[in-house]
Amino acid sequence: METKQTLKKEINLKDGVFEPKIVGFLCNWCSYSGADLAGVSRIKSAPNVRIIRTMCSGRVDPSFIIKAFELGADGVLIAGCHFGDCHYLEGNFKTMRRIEMMKLVLKQFGIDARRLRLEWISASEAEKFSKVTFEFTEQIKTLGPLRLIKN
Amino acid sequence: MGKPKLALYWAASCGGCEITVVDIEEKILDVADFFDIVFWPCIMDFKYEDVEAMEDGEIDITLFNGAIRTSENEHLAKLLRKKSKLLIAFGSCAHDGCIPGLANFYDKQSIFDYVYKESPSVEESSQGVFPQTSTKMPEGEITIPEFWNTVKTLDQTVDVDYYIPGCPPQSFQVAAVILAVIDILKTGKPLPDKGAILGADNKTCCDECPRERKEKKIKEFFRPHEIIPKEDECLLDQGILCIGPATRSGCGALCVQANVPCRGCYGVPPNVKDQGAKMISALSSVIDATSPEEVSRIINKIADPLGTFYRFSLASSTFKRVQFSDKT
Repeated sequence: METKQTLKKEINLKDGVFEPKIVGFLCNWCSYSGADLAGVSRIKSAPNVRIIRTMCSGRVDPSFIIKAFELGADGVLIAGCHFGDCHYLEGNFKTMRRIEMMKLVLKQFGIDARRLRLEWISASEAEKFSKVTFEFTEQIKTLGPLRLIKN
Repeated sequence: MGKPKLALYWAASCGGCEITVVDIEEKILDVADFFDIVFWPCIMDFKYEDVEAMEDGEIDITLFNGAIRTSENEHLAKLLRKKSKLLIAFGSCAHDGCIPGLANFYDKQSIFDYVYKESPSVEESSQGVFPQTSTKMPEGEITIPEFWNTVKTLDQTVDVDYYIPGCPPQSFQVAAVILAVIDILKTGKPLPDKGAILGADNKTCCDECPRERKEKKIKEFFRPHEIIPKEDECLLDQGILCIGPATRSGCGALCVQANVPCRGCYGVPPNVKDQGAKMISALSSVIDATSPEEVSRIINKIADPLGTFYRFSLASSTFKRVQFSDKT
């Protein structure tokens, strides 16, 4: 019996063009501030990225990524501090190892590893945040919607 | 009032779970004494019609082992659910999908293509002869169950009251559960909460492991045949992929005591949803590398990461199966 909460996946179409849903996990200390700076500096970023603030990119458990895909995300972006800048010293190194391994497993799951992207964005890199959101959205558009099969 | 009624059934399983029930030694006499065994096809001759003829809820307890692979498995799961007061997913197959669940790496078509066409043991004359669910013969129509595309666990098919994990569940745990059940039925004590995991503990396998743990820094992974592990040191510390950190305790850490890494048969520990994801999380904390290239080099030595991290829980994982829809 299906007891888990599942979101009915509706493919987002705007004027007949596929608009991907992207979940962005941004670390509180660097990337979220970077995204914030993009906002206050009125730099446009892609609206496809739905931001979730985490205390550290190392807080993003692989099960969060898997769950995001299960609940309908077409892509998952994880952004944290540059190496050496981590507020918790080495959380971002753990993230890097985790994402490398996650990509290996996603490939075996039959899911294109390009749907998972890791970026280092500091609190001053508003331009980079904006660029990454547009690039990643374009990337997911070319990959198309993620359709999961259950049966 | 007659004896309480007990049923045991095997769906897609190997039979090891039945062995573990018999392995409770002389306590099996208590079981036979206390319960009326009304259905146990592995041990005695019962017919499905016998179960169909029962009243709804007539069976007090059903121990159901095996995953749901075919329409026959599904039919019996639904039937036994209807006829039983308590349905217990017994063993890793019913609980998590276990080894049969690894078939979710493929789909029905690719499995049939290999088994009935490409496998070297298929005779040339019968290559490409696929089983049909119904065949007309002069004597009448004969039918076989349908093979589903995806292996499911018991609780993805019907409502399940309790789970007993393990591949197989350890017989001392089975004995303890059965004695506890007898006690509950005799004295009218309250039952555990629905959905409880019985016959296991609430920590990870590492908690029971007697090996000495140090600060983990893994530079290289070894497959079991490439290294002779030290007897008293943590296997993961030595670079042998041990799924203990992402596995529920309760087995008594048997494998690691025999110098074999834990493979994860007791399923997810408490508060974890996805065993493989937990293992990835645990490993990424201990790999000793600071650049993506170095990480790649180390993790590329893991043969079949998906099959290793999800060996027993692919069917119950978040994705449930390998996806063929995203091939580019």
